[in-house]
Amino acid sequence: MTEYLSLSLILFTIGAVGVLVRRNAIVVFMCIELMLNATNLALVSFSRQIGNLDGQVAAFFVMVVAAAEVVVGLAIIVSIYRARRSISVDDANLLKS
Amino acid sequence: MFDLQWLLIAVPLASGLGLLVWGKESDAFGHLIATVASTFSFVFGLVLFLELTGAAAEDRSRTTNLFTWIDAGRFHVDMSFTFDQLSGLFVLLVTGVGTLIHIYSIGYMAHDERRRRFFAYLNIFIAAMLTLVLAADYLVLFLGWEGVGLASYLLIGFWQHKPTAAAAAKKAFVVNRVGDVGMALAIMLMFAQFGTTSIAAVNGSASDPGSGAIDSAGGSVATALGLLLLLGACGKSAQVPLQSWLLDAMEGPTPVSALIHAATMVTAGVYLVVRSSGIYDASEAARTAVIVVGLVTLLVGAWIGCAKDDIKKALAGSTMSQIGYMMLAAGLGPAGYAFAIFHLITHGFFKANMFLGAGSLMHGMDDEVDMRRYGALRAAMPVTFVTFGLGYLAIIGFPGTAGFFSKDRIIEAAFADSFWVGLGALIGAGVTAFYMTRMMMMTFFGPKRWIGDVEPHESPKVMTIPLMVLGAMSVLAGALIISDFIPTWLEPVVGSEGEHELGIPVWLMTLIITLTAASGVALGVWLYRREIAVDAPADADVSFFSRAGRHEVYGNELNDAVVVRPTQHLTRFLVWFDAKGVDGLVTGVADRLGDTSQFLRKPQTGYVRSYAATFFGGALLVVLALLAVTLA
Repeated sequence: MTEYLSLSLILFTIGAVGVLVRRNAIVVFMCIELMLNATNLALVSFSRQIGNLDGQVAAFFVMVVAAAEVVVGLAIIVSIYRARRSISVDDANLLKS
Repeated sequence: MFDLQWLLIAVPLASGLGLLVWGKESDAFGHLIATVASTFSFVFGLVLFLELTGAAAEDRSRTTNLFTWIDAGRFHVDMSFTFDQLSGLFVLLVTGVGTLIHIYSIGYMAHDERRRRFFAYLNIFIAAMLTLVLAADYLVLFLGWEGVGLASYLLIGFWQHKPTAAAAAKKAFVVNRVGDVGMALAIMLMFAQFGTTSIAAVNGSASDPGSGAIDSAGGSVATALGLLLLLGACGKSAQVPLQSWLLDAMEGPTPVSALIHAATMVTAGVYLVVRSSGIYDASEAARTAVIVVGLVTLLVGAWIGCAKDDIKKALAGSTMSQIGYMMLAAGLGPAGYAFAIFHLITHGFFKANMFLGAGSLMHGMDDEVDMRRYGALRAAMPVTFVTFGLGYLAIIGFPGTAGFFSKDRIIEAAFADSFWVGLGALIGAGVTAFYMTRMMMMTFFGPKRWIGDVEPHESPKVMTIPLMVLGAMSVLAGALIISDFIPTWLEPVVGSEGEHELGIPVWLMTLIITLTAASGVALGVWLYRREIAVDAPADADVSFFSRAGRHEVYGNELNDAVVVRPTQHLTRFLVWFDAKGVDGLVTGVADRLGDTSQFLRKPQTGYVRSYAATFFGGALLVVLALLAVTLA
């Protein structure tokens, strides 16, 4: 049990650090997926521990949302790349006047 | 007949406004229309006056109500005019002298391309002055009061291309506003106290003492009203402390100086005091204030008259001084009202005469006004010399002339009131004789001191005939008093106060006054018989008295120190307070808000990763808080 949760924690931390420190939008995106899946792992582990299916159902929802997010997110990244010839997240700073 | 007395005002007003609107096409004959309008008022006024003399004494006040001017709640003002003994005399003086000056101006302004406009202004002045004297209500009087102020402003600044004339006009207007504040406050006070501003209702009638609203109001109201009206009178009549504008007003054309700033408008203050006799009878303090103002002004004016080399300014000082005499007489109460009016009328003749004479001199001397550059003009300009001389005899009080009768009566009445007031008036008479003699000596006698190639010549007939008429009146107007015509005539309006006790026989008093004047003349002849320096003498060479006189007794400096500079300081403080205090508060709030938003803007970097870090930080805080709550 503890091993599952530790793995989940490590994966989440890697994802979080990746989101904060990497500039490449694709990598940031993958890190977000990593964090979601770390969460899924935690949910499934707790579900199994408690003997209740709620956690597993929640994990399915997360996967659906993640799939939708990938569709929208990749579309945005492709469109930004077309407009600016760059996928560095630091270059997309138009909100700062 | 008296129902039509509004025509007296309407005809010159219509002519004046018409000429202004008509424009250039009337340039050729505008002056004639204006003169005819003024003559009409004179003739019609004379007809009304003669009708009045034919009526019974108690039936000599005719009031006509034209229309209701203001009707708002308790406040009711009629546009009504009263033609009575006092206003009748004024109508004759204003239109009579006014018409003569219209005629004179035809010649004097002949070469001015804006002559039509000048005559239009003169007509407007006549209309406003008649409104002032005919008004039966203080508010209507105030309308005329402001009207003559406007005409005075327009005419002083008639040669507006001269900066000095424009400044003088502005000064006259501003100083008069100070007096008008007193006048306006007096009218408001009347309404607040009595609910009416009708002259008759406020003052009551002289024949029925105690009939006016003022008599039941108590002395303090009368004193306040008296002092406020006196302030108004001081402004209009150039009395100390509001005297400073009159000398500058000489920048206007000379006929204007003669009509407005000598014969008529500046005497409106005296008219106001006499017309408000009910108020002044009810307050000893207000009367004393009038006497003090009159006495101070008559001495200050004479002082200035002694020191000025500009003939018009010397005459203006003399005008102030003579109006001081009238004020003094008016302040004596019923004992002096009639004499104030009598001196006002005689002064209207001889001072208008002398101003027009000065205009004639300027006409012949290429607009030179400095008496040090005159001299020996009696041969070159005989008519001007003779008529000016008649005015001179009248003002110094030469026995038999108009001034002799009018001034002597005032000095006698002053002595009967108080020795010191009488002494001041007597000294004034001596000084008057001195400065007028000085003027005569410098102008008509002595060697020629002409500058350049001036060729003095007599003025045309159109200018000299009015001079002759006024010169004759200067001498003959004294006849009005011989049979006590004026005091008897005015008694129903201003009342009378029997024979005053002098302590010495009247003939002795007359002798003393005449001798005082004679010594003034002798001094003038003796001092100015010798050569007079043409160049301006340095200030340092003359005594304090001359220096002060040349500076108009430091009236302007006093105004500057007492009013102008403190006001400027106040203004500067207020501007500072507005910029730093009021604006500072508003802009300060805005600045602080700006600073705050600048500070709050810092975290908004626009970098996605910094926002993400904020999310994590926030989520971490929430988790820690939950843990803290759960574990605690």
